[in-house]
Formats: sequence, C-alpha cells, structure tokens
Amino acid sequence: MSWLLVLPIAIPMATAVLALLVRKQHIMERYVSAGGGAALFVATVVLLAAVWQDGTLVGRMGNWPPPFGIVLVADLFSAVMVLIAGLTGLLIVIFALATVDVERERFAFHSFYHILLGGVCGAFLTGDVFNLYVWFEVMLISSFALIALGGEKAQLDGAVKYAAINLVSTILFLTSIGLLYGATGTLNMAELNQAVRAVENQGLIDAIAIMFLIAFGIKAAVFPLFFWLPASYHTPPVAVTAIFAALMTKVGVYALFRMFTLVFTNDLALTHTVMLVVAALTMITGVLGAAAHTDIRRILSFHIVSQIGYMVLGLALFTPLALVGGVFYLIHHIIVKANLFLIGGVIKRVAGSFDLNRLGGLYLSHPVLAVMFLIPAFSLAGFPPLSGFWAKLILIKASLDLEEYLIAGVALVVGLLTIYSMTKIWIQAFWKPLPADGAPAGPAPLSGFERVALYTPIIVMCAVTVTIGIWVEPFFVFAERAAQELIEPAGYVAAVLGGGPR
Amino acid sequence: MNSLILSTVARAVIALMVLFSLYLLIRGHNLPGGGFVGGLVAASAFLLHAIANGVPATRRLLRVDPRAITMIGVAVAIIAGLVAAFQGAPFLTGVWAFPGGVPLGTPLLFDVGVYLVVVGAVVTLVLALEEDA
Repeated sequence: MSWLLVLPIAIPMATAVLALLVRKQHIMERYVSAGGGAALFVATVVLLAAVWQDGTLVGRMGNWPPPFGIVLVADLFSAVMVLIAGLTGLLIVIFALATVDVERERFAFHSFYHILLGGVCGAFLTGDVFNLYVWFEVMLISSFALIALGGEKAQLDGAVKYAAINLVSTILFLTSIGLLYGATGTLNMAELNQAVRAVENQGLIDAIAIMFLIAFGIKAAVFPLFFWLPASYHTPPVAVTAIFAALMTKVGVYALFRMFTLVFTNDLALTHTVMLVVAALTMITGVLGAAAHTDIRRILSFHIVSQIGYMVLGLALFTPLALVGGVFYLIHHIIVKANLFLIGGVIKRVAGSFDLNRLGGLYLSHPVLAVMFLIPAFSLAGFPPLSGFWAKLILIKASLDLEEYLIAGVALVVGLLTIYSMTKIWIQAFWKPLPADGAPAGPAPLSGFERVALYTPIIVMCAVTVTIGIWVEPFFVFAERAAQELIEPAGYVAAVLGGGPR
Repeated sequence: MNSLILSTVARAVIALMVLFSLYLLIRGHNLPGGGFVGGLVAASAFLLHAIANGVPATRRLLRVDPRAITMIGVAVAIIAGLVAAFQGAPFLTGVWAFPGGVPLGTPLLFDVGVYLVVVGAVVTLVLALEEDA
C-alpha cells in the first residue's frame, strides 16, 4: 500500500525530468507536462479513495521502522489536501499551456512547476518534521525560480522580497526543529505527540511552539507577517500566481493544522489564544488592504490574506465543529481562489489590463466570463448556496457555540467587506462602460485552442464550487471525519507507531 | 583567463579532482564522503577548467547541457527508489546484488543520482555566472 503514498511525489518529479529532457521538442514538452498533471490527479484520487476505505495509510520509506526512518502518512486531511493539489495542479497547467510564453517554457517552466507540485504533495504527506522542512525547501526553490522566471523588472522586485522573507522563515523553522529535537529526542510527528508531554521543562515547549507558529505564520501569510504576499504575488504570470495562491500559503496553513493538533496541544490557553487574536487581525487587515487597491491581482492577493484568517480561526477555536469548518474552508478556498486568479488572467487576455480604472464593458463583450466570475466571487464572500456560505456558516456557528461573539462578529463584517471588493471588480470591470482612456482591446480574438485551455479550468472549478454548495452533505460528512481524526490523534499515532508493516 | 601556468597545472589537477570525486562517491556508503561532496569536487574540477580555458571550451568538454545532467541525476535517483518495487518492498528500500562477490546496491545508484544532480546544478550556475562576466 505504501506505493500509493509515493506516487503523488514520484509522478511530478518524473514529469519534471521528462519535460526537461524533451524540451527541444516544444510540443512534446507540453504533452508531457499536461500528461504528468493528469497522472498526478488520478493518483491522488486513488489515494483518497484508499484512505476513505481503509483508514490512515502509513508508508515506511526504505523499509526503516519509525521513528528511525521517515514515514509518509495519509490520514483523511492529508489525502484530501493532496487531492486538491492534484486537481488544481492539473487545471492550472492546462491554463498555463495557453498563457505562459514560449520564452518561459524554454527556461524549464514546466519542470519547475511539477517540482513545485511534488514538493507540495510531499509536505502534505510526510510524517516527519525534518522531512517537512525538506519539502518546504523543494517547494521554495522551485517557487523562487517560477516567480523570477522571465526576469521582468517588477518580477525581480517581487522575487527579492519573496525570497528574503521566506529565508527568514526557513531559518526560524530549522532552528525550532533543532530545539524540538534537543528537547524530545525525536522528530517523528506521531512520537512527538507523546514525547512533548513527557518533557519536564514545559516552558521550553511553549517557546518552541511559538517559534513554529511564527515560522509557519510567515509561510501562511497571517497578521502581522503577511506583507510579503501582496508585494510579490501580482508580479509573475497568472498561471504562476494562481498555483501559488492555491497551494503555497495553504501548505503553511496545513503545517499549522498538523503541528497544532498533533504535537503542540498541551498549552491551548497560550498557543490557541495567540492564534485566535492573529486570526481576527489577519481577516481584518487583509480585507481592508484589498479595499484600497484597483489592480485585480492585488485585490485578490489581499483577499488570500483575509481568507487565511478564517482557516486559522477554525484551528484556534479547537472544537470539533471549528476544525470541520477549518478543513471545509481550506478545500473550498483553494478552488475558489485559484479560479478567481484564472479569471483575472482571462480578463487580462481579452481586455488587455489588470487595472480596474482602465477596464469596462466586459459584461457586454464577454457575458459568459461575467457569469463565471460571479460564482467564485460570491462563494468567496459567502453567498448561499455556494461553497463559501457553508464554510463561513460552520465557523461562525462554532464561535457562537463558544460564546466568542466578538470573533463571530469580525468574521461576519469581514464577509460583508469581501462583498464590497468583489462588487468593486464586478462594477468596474464588467458593468461600467469602457472608459475613454481604457486599455486597448486584446491583441487578437481567442483562438479555438485558447478558448478551450482558458475556459475549461474555470468551468470545472465553478462546477466544483457549485457542487460543494448544493450537495453539501457528503462534503460535510467528509470534513467531519477528517476533523475527528485531527482532534483525536490517537488513531494517527497508533497507525504510525503500532501495528505491523503495511 | 589566459595564463599558461594555470592551464598547464589545471590539466593535471582536473584529472586528479575528478578521480578523487569518484573515490569520495564510492567510499561514501560507510565512510565520510558520498554523492553530494563528490559532486561538489567534480563540479569544482569543471569550474577550474572553465577558468583556465574559457566557458565555451568547458561546454564542449561536457558535450551535454549541464541542466540535462541534473535531470538525469534526478531520474537515476527516482529509479534507484523504484527498484524496490520488484521485491514488493517500500520506496527507497535498499536492494543488493553480489555479482562475483562485489556488493552492488540501489543506495550506490541513488548516490550516483545525487552526484549527477550536484555536478549538473553547480556547473549550470557557475557557467552562467562566468559567461555574463
């Protein structure tokens, strides 16, 4: 069974190799890249099905027993994150085929893209803290390349900020891993679950927990560590921004969920209270930042920040229902946010600009695009019956259950302000007539291939959003089971440490 | 750089460095050494060649694009991990064979992959920097 766990890492890596080796035949490279994306998606579906059937899967790499060797572990939460990574990875690579220029493809865009996917899947699947660090590195190196590829001035400006702050986070992460190992003598997550409680000096564990919180907080872009994200995300091509927006910050959120449900749970009063405050401030600053901007990509970047606040809120409240909300929010958000960026990319392609002041009249010229914008935009803001409504509803219900009225109020107000930003894009880009000094119309009408490659990913993501919204029951049941596994990690620990080899 | 002394010395030293890098690679299974440090030594041999004879000469010497070497290295490492599948063992499990009493195993193959990755990546970097200068 352990091979199912390896495939989501091995397939993207193999695809990256193949894509680089055939890069002289440009067409072949594109087939390899798309084919690799499809293979990864299929593998992740099979993995999730297996985990749903048989429970948590554990693979001992190199056949070394834990805690000596590295284990890959897929519980429901990991498996669903890998599945979402596979789905968005496939859809965005299709979009990239029509939007990424030949020059960037020549400099191994597709290889870096797949290495990034492999790193993301590795981070979701590993059961070892140091291995998690390694996957973060794999992800970071390829993301540095992707964000700088093309070498435009604005891109390099963004890339420098992005690289600098991420290196700080990496050093902090590595330092806290060292301290944790010194205090407990193990880095296997399942063993840490018990080992952390056995440490005499609990003050040290608290300090390490806060260091992890800061390190992952930078990656996840929470208040007050989010400033690098809006400063860099709008610079690379849309396909790159979309995959970053969908997956990169979410790996930080995933790591928070994993470490603060499995390892650091013995001082909830400290760690989870800090998170609660952080979550509220993240939501507010993100949404206010978005209100001030008129570039579509910048607005959407700030909204990533504000939405991260909701996910952290689910973790901070730390009740079964709140964790259901957190998991649900992650799933919903990845799809919606990637979709919004892709739609932004199509707007740029057909209307020639990202700047709302220079856009207009798109409803007249591209009514289908307008409708497809409304679905993720309303879902982001939390309109029923779309996926975002249920995600917000669960979280607000969870905070009301705990009588955290202030945080529930913040979540509601931020939802309202999100509508403001979304209607701003809607009115400015789609509704108002094209201004006199508007952007020149797109270079040429969409070719048949472009039409398919640009619209297929958007339509599929819209369909997923609507499906989650209307048939919410199975998704809720799923999130409930995943959250149950998170809040009672005994099953995870037993699967990794107990039992025979599988 | 156009220096008779450097290019004469480099000819001898480069051969030694490549030999030493292979020694490090093979010895690395049980003793200090291994693919990473071996790869670094080999890469510095190519760097020395580039300084002494110019980047175009080094590219001709390599015959293959160093980026391709990196990717072949990744492929070799993945294959080394996949061999275990034929024995029904998990990914990366060491598989050994003893043709004529010589122990050969997938850990060595994996290390060769690491070696190639390091050589390819470092040479790519350094040649790109040298060319711009």
